[in-house]
Amino acid sequence: MRLAGAALLGLIVLAAAAAPWLAPTPPNQRFPDLLYAPPTRVCVGDAPGVHVHPLRIASRLERRFEEDRSTHIPLRWFSGGVLVSTDPGSGAPLLLLGADAFGRDRFSRLLHGSRATLALGLLATVVATIVGALIGGIAGYAGGWLDALLSRVSEFVVVLPAIYVTLALRAMMPLVLPASTTFLLLLAIFALLGWPMVARGVRAIVLVEREREYAVAARAAGANPARVLARHLLPAAGGYLGTQASLLLPAFILAESTMSYVGLGFPDTTPTWGTMLQDASNIALLGDDPWVLAPAAAIFMVVLGVNLLVQSTGRAPIQLER
Amino acid sequence: MARFLIRRLAFALVLLVCTSSAALLLTRLAPGDVTSQLGPFAPRQEIEATRARFGLDRNPIAQWGSWISRAVRLDFGDSFLYNRPVGPIVVRAAGNTALLAISALVVATVLGIGLGTFTGSRGTGWLTTLVRGASVMVISIPPLVMSLVLVFIAARTRWLPTGGMLSAGAVDASWTASAADVAWHLVLPTLALALPIAAAFERLQSQSMAEAVRQPFVLAAIARGAAPRVLVWRHAWRVSIRPICGVYGLVIGSLLSGSFIVEFVTAWPGIGRLMYEALRARDIYLVSACAAAGAGFLALGTLLGDVMLAVADPRVREGLES
Repeated sequence: MRLAGAALLGLIVLAAAAAPWLAPTPPNQRFPDLLYAPPTRVCVGDAPGVHVHPLRIASRLERRFEEDRSTHIPLRWFSGGVLVSTDPGSGAPLLLLGADAFGRDRFSRLLHGSRATLALGLLATVVATIVGALIGGIAGYAGGWLDALLSRVSEFVVVLPAIYVTLALRAMMPLVLPASTTFLLLLAIFALLGWPMVARGVRAIVLVEREREYAVAARAAGANPARVLARHLLPAAGGYLGTQASLLLPAFILAESTMSYVGLGFPDTTPTWGTMLQDASNIALLGDDPWVLAPAAAIFMVVLGVNLLVQSTGRAPIQLER
Repeated sequence: MARFLIRRLAFALVLLVCTSSAALLLTRLAPGDVTSQLGPFAPRQEIEATRARFGLDRNPIAQWGSWISRAVRLDFGDSFLYNRPVGPIVVRAAGNTALLAISALVVATVLGIGLGTFTGSRGTGWLTTLVRGASVMVISIPPLVMSLVLVFIAARTRWLPTGGMLSAGAVDASWTASAADVAWHLVLPTLALALPIAAAFERLQSQSMAEAVRQPFVLAAIARGAAPRVLVWRHAWRVSIRPICGVYGLVIGSLLSGSFIVEFVTAWPGIGRLMYEALRARDIYLVSACAAAGAGFLALGTLLGDVMLAVADPRVREGLES
């Protein structure tokens, strides 16, 4: 089970890293004649080699397409710096998951979108974990009024329903922001809301560990507080940090998708799983075209991968998104 | 017990005042204000008049002061968007959210505890394996993905309405008919919100049950000749529900977060959608009233969680009474 989870996550990260090579078309290239096109069928048999047939619009209103079975367009392997694609001049791009409302290839956008989504999620997890470990460590080690203050603050933040606070903080900024600003803003909001979860547990661990013999010995040997904390006490919280990170990562990925879905995340020109899901808010389209849900499936696979990875390490498999 | 309740109420009041004040001030300080709703060609005098009408020409602290002194007398200001007092608007939306959250909580509890008790008390078998596998899958489907998938299924099969709270023709239907209509619309959002939590409950209850049936008192009951069904559902069950009662407070927080996106996807007219609209329009009094309603939900939820804990565990009960 654990291996399956690790393999799933590894595969997703690998696909994100190799996105420019794996994606058949650039993520923002538009095919004006192929709005809402269904996935391209890859055929073998009726002509030599692996090939596709070009799509022609039968009815724009009904979003109905017909294959031109008489024309065969061969797949090109390892050409133009891309694993597999079709000749750009042929007018029959390889749309493995169909095209979206602007005629852009969904599969390519899914691959490129995983980069922003995963990078934001991973970076926010790392920042929140480090900040939480430091603050929790300081609170547990220092004690006194500093501990009391930090504990009250973190308790207060933990109580708040995170998605509403994210929504409110994001909405405080100008509603339309460029992608890089959005990235930093969401990163800051996620880190701000994530650290208290980590800090509370680390504080409890440090509180116990600081009275243990090895910590007392380190202090007696003249190590300054920063060294005792960083070299001796925080490593004791390592396992706990891993568990917390595994809870934060899916929550952050989901939060990005939610924000982008409701239109307060990344702009539409930046593919992320959330911005891609906006197409699914059109219910008439959703009923006709299940491929709109591809980013939802991707989110599911990340969460499943993390859950499988963590579950067999003995943690209670309860995952409550907050 | 009385002291505990008074402390809780005081905390709820502080939370309520803090969140709604923070929401008011943040929205006030955010770039842009309600006059952007007047459009880009609004004459200057009208913009000034609108600002003056809602107190936007005064400094934020003075505005907050007059808002809070009126709020004490239960006058929470007028909504800019709806041009009405915010009280009734928010109460209506909060009622809809409460309906959704409570029905999801009931479904998740009944389904999760029922199935968990079943799988935890049996050893192995194809049915247990099936339920367990389904839980691991469903835990990894966050409400965003679950609601989109359910809306897709509903749009395809037309088994359930895909969104909203009432059918178009049900406005002047009889009381029972419109209640039935609401219940029919409630099924999809409830499932989207409840299924992931039910799966988490199932796993938790299953583990706890498996531990409970191995305890000595169960062996003693077997020795006395208690029937297996009585054993599981009366003796072991009372002990096994403790972990679920322990996370109840947390679950209510996650319900509130999850309901935001479920309301958004299924067009359920609850507090989440209202707050989103209010934030986007910089409707400051509506935002702060929504925040107050959310804080109220949260305080009620944690109180309910504590009550559940006290009901399940006599040790907690004694701690409260002393």
